[in-house]
Amino acid sequence: MHNFDYHAPKLLDTALTMISDREDAKIIAGGMTLLPTLKQRLAAPSDLIDLAGIADLRGVKKDGNEIVIGAMTCHNDVATSDIVKANIPALAKLASIIGDPAVRHRGTIGGSLANSDPAADYPGAVIGLNGTIVTNKRSIKADDYFLGLFETALERDEIITSVRFPIPERAAYQKFRHPASGYAVVGVMVSKTGADVRVGVTGAGPCAFRMSEMEAALAKSFTADAIKDLKGNADDLLSDIHSTNEYRAHLVGVLARRAVAEA
Amino acid sequence: MTSKVTLTVNGKERSADVEARTLLAELLRDQLGLTGTHVGCDTTQCGCCVVHVDGKAVKSCTMLAVQASGKQVTTIEGLAAADGTLHPMQEAFREHHGLQCGFCTPGMVMMGIDIANRMPGADEKTVREQLEGNLCRCTGYQGIVEAILSVVNPGAVKDHHHA
Ligand SMILES: Cc1cc2nc3c(=O)[nH]c(=O)nc-3n(C[C@H](O)[C@H](O)[C@H](O)COP(=O)(O)OP(=O)(O)OC[C@H]3O[C@@H](n4cnc5c(N)ncnc54)[C@H](O)[C@@H]3O)c2cc1C
Ligand code: FES
Ligand code: FES
Repeated sequence: MHNFDYHAPKLLDTALTMISDREDAKIIAGGMTLLPTLKQRLAAPSDLIDLAGIADLRGVKKDGNEIVIGAMTCHNDVATSDIVKANIPALAKLASIIGDPAVRHRGTIGGSLANSDPAADYPGAVIGLNGTIVTNKRSIKADDYFLGLFETALERDEIITSVRFPIPERAAYQKFRHPASGYAVVGVMVSKTGADVRVGVTGAGPCAFRMSEMEAALAKSFTADAIKDLKGNADDLLSDIHSTNEYRAHLVGVLARRAVAEA
Repeated sequence: MTSKVTLTVNGKERSADVEARTLLAELLRDQLGLTGTHVGCDTTQCGCCVVHVDGKAVKSCTMLAVQASGKQVTTIEGLAAADGTLHPMQEAFREHHGLQCGFCTPGMVMMGIDIANRMPGADEKTVREQLEGNLCRCTGYQGIVEAILSVVNPGAVKDHHHA
């Protein structure tokens, strides 16, 4: 790991000034992705700006019909939050099966979404639950946030401050967990609120996406049977040592049906 | 360039000069001489380096020493009483043969205590899931799971060694 200067601002404004003033500075949240990246020398920032000391960025609250999660809230705090468990149990479950307990004590929702690993869990939740990414500059709807492989709508000097999730009537998350890392080979978050149905898929493509055809079928009948002939489009999906794109397409169908049955 | 970091390790205030890139595991082992915390992979996979920071299990190979500034760190060396009496989790590992070569053991014991703190009464399946980030290359998981289970949920232990 190359050396860098480390800063631990107490205020968001200080962090923002630091990131604008230093061209090669990077934010560090839980460090669960960033520190391994630095160890491999895949990045060599001049400065690391740690958000851990900014108290406003941590915690879970209910605001009207939305659950608001601070960007620096760690996975374990989402998994065990009474507010999340009572209002969106599918989201608590998703957080409880990210990586392992030590990773869940450090890794954060903001870090996961800023990184947008194709196999990460939270992107599936943001798409499937129609969440909103709130930054120091603006609010970004789920559908406008994920742009491609490790690519999001975030600008270099933009910091995620919180994530807002409307409370659905029903929702469930199913994932085919990679047995070694825990990451999603495929993960599917399904939700229903009134006539609105959303199917968010992660793990399968370059970034999280919706399955519109399934959503239309489920809007007519919210049953596993209604989507029994649908699966992912293999041409758009990833192939790697863990799985072919064909298998991922198949898993999208299986996991979506399981999620609908569980919701 | 180094800077001074001050933290509480096993109940005692400790200070050291570290580089920004110094890992907590390196501070503990190389500068404070606490070599009970092991580094097995250095890639956040194996859990041999697990310590508690403010009471929570973390992988010390994936945290900067400067990030532990002002925090309470507990390592395997901090568990036994001053007179050498083992912590109940250490005693359970001895009783249930929860180690072979011992390399993974400090991390396993620290994670075992974390599981006991977070989920008292957990069943065997849960304990196994909670050990997902702790690898034992001697693959002696049976004894490890029994040891942890004997502390978190004594009724659930099917003891193979003393039946
Ligand atoms: C062993 C292991 C297993 C894992 N398993 C899973 C899994 O099963 N599922 C899963 O989803 N993930 C998994 N992860 C990843 C984990 O969830 C990480 O926590 C997450 O990817 C990154 O979050 P972080 O807080 O650690 O961010 P960091 O590593 O600190 O940062 C990641 C990136 O995001 C940027 N960033 C961080 N916070 C912000 C912010 N608020 N605003 C703008 N930019 C920001 C940083 O600059 C950096 O580029 C695993 C990680 C490990 C090490
Ligand atoms: S040495 Fe830290 S997880 Fe392996
Ligand atoms: S006892 Fe040898 S690695 Fe676990």
